[in-house]
Amino acid sequence: MSSHVINQEVRVKGTVQGVGFRPTVYRLALECQLHGEVSNDCDGVLIRVSGMDTKIKEFLNRLSVEAPPLAKIDSITHAVIERAWDYRDFSIRGSSHSAGRTDIAADAASCPQCLQEINDPNNRRYLYPFTNCTHCGPRLSIVNAIPYDRCHTSMHDFKLCATCAAEYRNPLDRRFHAQPTACHECGPRLFLSPDSPATSIDSAISPLSLIQRTQSILDVIQQALVEGKIIAIKGLGGFHLCCDASNHASVELLRQRKHRYAKPLALMAQDMSVVRSYCQVSEQEEQHLRSPAAPIVLLNRLVQADANFPALSSAIAPGSHLLGFMLAYTPLHHLICQRFGKALVMTSANLSGEPQITDNEEALEKLLRIHSANNESDTTDTEIADLVLYHDRPIANRIDDSVVRCHAFGVQVLRRARGYAPRSIALHSSFQEADQILAYGAELKSTFCLIKQGSAILSQHQGDLEDVKTCDDYEKNLTLFKNLFEFSPKHLACDLHPEYISTKLAQAQAQSKNLPLLGVQHHHAHIASAMAENGLSRTHAKALGIAFDGLGYGDNAELWGGEFLLADFCESHRVARLQPIALVGAAQAMLQPWRNAYAQIRNSMTWTTFQERYGTTKIAEFFEQQSLATIDRMLQAQVNCPLASSAGRLFDAVAAALDIHPDKVQFEGQAAITLESLVDQNYLAQLLRAKSTEPCYQIEVLNNPITQLYELNPAAMWPALLDDLNLQQSQSKIATRFHAALIQAVLKTVDLLRTQHRFNEVVLSGGCMQNEVLSTALQSAIQERGLVCITHHLVPANDGGIALGQAAIAAARIAKNALSTEIN
Amino acid sequence: LAHGGGGKAMRDLIDDVFINAFSNSSLNTLEDQARFQLSDLAQYGDRLAMTTDSYVIDPIFFPGGDIGKLAICGTVNDLAVGGAKPLYLTCAMIIEEGMQVSTLKQIVQSMADTAKAAGVLIVTGDTKVVERGSCDKIFINTAGIGVIKKDYQLGVHKAQAHDRILVNGYLGDHGAAILNARGDMHLSSPIESDCAPLHELIEVLLNAAPNTRFIRDATRGGIASVINEIADASKCGIEIQETATPIRNEVKGFCEILGLDPLYLANEGKLVAVVPAAETAAALAAMRAHPLGRDAADIGYVLEDGRAGRVQMQTSFGGKRIVDMLVGEQLPRIC
Ligand SMILES: [Fe+3]
Ligand SMILES: [Mg+2]
Ligand SMILES: [Zn+2]
Ligand SMILES: [Zn+2]
Repeated sequence: MSSHVINQEVRVKGTVQGVGFRPTVYRLALECQLHGEVSNDCDGVLIRVSGMDTKIKEFLNRLSVEAPPLAKIDSITHAVIERAWDYRDFSIRGSSHSAGRTDIAADAASCPQCLQEINDPNNRRYLYPFTNCTHCGPRLSIVNAIPYDRCHTSMHDFKLCATCAAEYRNPLDRRFHAQPTACHECGPRLFLSPDSPATSIDSAISPLSLIQRTQSILDVIQQALVEGKIIAIKGLGGFHLCCDASNHASVELLRQRKHRYAKPLALMAQDMSVVRSYCQVSEQEEQHLRSPAAPIVLLNRLVQADANFPALSSAIAPGSHLLGFMLAYTPLHHLICQRFGKALVMTSANLSGEPQITDNEEALEKLLRIHSANNESDTTDTEIADLVLYHDRPIANRIDDSVVRCHAFGVQVLRRARGYAPRSIALHSSFQEADQILAYGAELKSTFCLIKQGSAILSQHQGDLEDVKTCDDYEKNLTLFKNLFEFSPKHLACDLHPEYISTKLAQAQAQSKNLPLLGVQHHHAHIASAMAENGLSRTHAKALGIAFDGLGYGDNAELWGGEFLLADFCESHRVARLQPIALVGAAQAMLQPWRNAYAQIRNSMTWTTFQERYGTTKIAEFFEQQSLATIDRMLQAQVNCPLASSAGRLFDAVAAALDIHPDKVQFEGQAAITLESLVDQNYLAQLLRAKSTEPCYQIEVLNNPITQLYELNPAAMWPALLDDLNLQQSQSKIATRFHAALIQAVLKTVDLLRTQHRFNEVVLSGGCMQNEVLSTALQSAIQERGLVCITHHLVPANDGGIALGQAAIAAARIAKNALSTEIN
Repeated sequence: LAHGGGGKAMRDLIDDVFINAFSNSSLNTLEDQARFQLSDLAQYGDRLAMTTDSYVIDPIFFPGGDIGKLAICGTVNDLAVGGAKPLYLTCAMIIEEGMQVSTLKQIVQSMADTAKAAGVLIVTGDTKVVERGSCDKIFINTAGIGVIKKDYQLGVHKAQAHDRILVNGYLGDHGAAILNARGDMHLSSPIESDCAPLHELIEVLLNAAPNTRFIRDATRGGIASVINEIADASKCGIEIQETATPIRNEVKGFCEILGLDPLYLANEGKLVAVVPAAETAAALAAMRAHPLGRDAADIGYVLEDGRAGRVQMQTSFGGKRIVDMLVGEQLPRIC
């Protein structure tokens, strides 16, 4: 086979800009002795090569294999060009900016080469805390505008020194066009407050003394951690509060100062050995820990922690069998963790309810000292942090740490933020025409989603929109994303909930810009988000969606939360649900699990029966201390007691009955998470076995003749559960029996529905599907039935995924030209 | 009471119940309309204010008042918050057949007493008795005329940066009292409706703070709705302080059990005033000297760089949450 010279044009699409893609092309072209050029344009990267066809083949093979770590190639297409080209060498052409589809990369953890440099005393970046290259470092967190050039990032005030500039210009350097590149001499610097002469910036005038100063700062931090102090540290997307995770007093103190009494605290480790000494780590989990996204990974605690490592404070994740670990992901984290060696608490620094702090001044004011300026009755100052370690590279966009959890069926993203956003989510090619659609998402775990040229861009987790700052950030980020992706929406989508702030923002925008606004039912959006991220076609046949969550606005102003929907992207209709039960005091029932236990029990038996048979249970004693006369009148007179078919509230009810946070939860899902962690997997498997003779609870599946819906009715479960309480059965046994009963009822419903409807897929979504016990058991049972089970892997099953579902539904409906529920 | 035509029986009823109670020269003539001398009106100011409101409430008697008192106070207050001196009221009633005459008399007497205390005259009226089920016990409509003093130029669009937001006392009492009375909620400590005519207090307030921008009584939708209306109309942002907002512990406790936000509970004797910062101290002192303003408080202010139309609350935990206008009823948002 003879080889001959040909010309080829190669088009690469995906996240290929700002990630060192062109230098890789350049290097490969040189190594394959090809001539030509490479350039960025609106569609990605365009390569023109002339050379031996065998060499070009080799080049193309190596291109997909040796693509830089942060690149995400969606497609490589190539065509032979007959025209004569006259390239004498290979060159990188400057990018010309024009409108089109280019991806902004996500922030990435430090790469091995950069880490080597900061640990090499002979390297000029020795101990430099802001070392990065095209393979790693900040991206979304520093970008203000496009094109992604240094002048449009937080680095625009830092003028490159001659050495850095040379690296930046050298196509063969790892830092070729690395926008945030920097060194001791020209880049951002650390600051410590309170300061001392050794750590003061005045102490450093030469590069050598800059290194010494960094040493001094690291010494101070190290010493403070050893002494059990709490330090606020500015990271990539926001400030953290940090302390020694094995110092119980410090951890308790941190919780008190932050007023965070219940939510688990995230941990940071230098390397896998630290993580492994406390947790079981699967191969998959290690992969995620070590990935450039470097998320917090929820891991099972070891029953017996490694004795060579200090025991962790019991206050880190009370009531949970899981620990959330991440590996150090910036050079600064590495330098701190390396010296300290042990696990650190690394929790977002914020005042309760507010978003993570990103601003230096705010951090110094609020974390070092909180002034209650607007609060006449309370003038005392409270310190949260003993030290604030910050730097002068501004955080342009707040990005929280991402949280993932791995299980038998893959990974679940619980919070999608740093390292993932704004990476695009590929939709099925049938969505290709979908364009300029903006979905406003939900409320508490809000995100928004753009669809541009058939691909979906989901914002990072924003948080509770009722919080003023979060709401401002949401709008700021919306503007930023519109700019970054050169996006001007032509269609809007939002939830049907009339009181969601996201709904109101969407309505205001629709009105002022005269844009069509599509209202999307909450649980339909949950199901559609799972279908969309799994690449189902726009016209895919109806699937059975099971959406279990806390609460969402249903059709006819009902409150939903445990729904079985037959759904495609365009429409959905409900075929089964949990039996609706009163939410005693509406929003208050979300915070006080006992209210749900009370409503469930009242629905299941008379009060006399309950008192006679179960009067000595803890929950009965708890009820006695509540204002039951008023509660009963509320139920009778239907004062603020709306019915809701909520799965989340059923979990709360069972948890409360087991004396798990009956009085108050600190965050939604707290009681349910504790309940899940009580489940005994072996016992569960035994209960779920086909011929199990072990007594289990009954959640009946009944056809409601009025609504024509199957209803999962837990009324019969309660006497059995309360009997178990009387028999002093363990919490674990009861929690397991409840999970088994719910799983069996769901499966029974699926089987009943199969006899009446045609579907090949069952889609699991909604916040309750983050319950691993529930979702993995359902998944395997559904697959055993020969059905395809579709779950979340890229976006959260909770309301963080709602925006994607809304956008996909809007796209499908627009395509079908059937805007059926237009609201204004 | 039996429903039916306008014959002798009705005439007797009117004589018996209404004329006796409301007795005044204008009403006693029983013409089809009340007649006023323009010159009499002109002595109070240069503009007429006119308003109407219908009162339907369950239960019709509640701690702190009844539907009759409410029907007078509500209309008096609607006139007064515009800076008007309330003068004349009309009264139209729709009564469900079967109501005891004694009950009706009680309501009418309450209206008469309240009107007398407020210094307003009921000058014309109408009564219909309708079939059982066509209305719920009794519906009352009152309309009112008042005269606005020459200098008063109150407007909902007039709030400016740094203006203070004042209220004249504890919030949510009426809403809580009604809910409690309606549902027989077994409240441990009784809460009374704050139902009261506010025109005197408003006069005192306007004398002390003549540059007051705006006043509104915080009825249905509570102060949250009123403050949102101000923020919308004045295109400004407003911040209120949770710790400065006067809410009785009983009301707080009641709301906690019921799962309601007291900021959205109705009041019938509470006003929200937007007062320039310089006149705030005088306004507060004047209100506190009046029995209906004893617990007056400065609860917040107009932000300098706030988002137009946004009302936010500095919570006791230190965060700031959006207090929005409700589209419907209070509905949980947590998923
Ligand atoms: Fe949800
Ligand atoms: Mg508003
Ligand atoms: Zn690197
Ligand atoms: Zn440099």
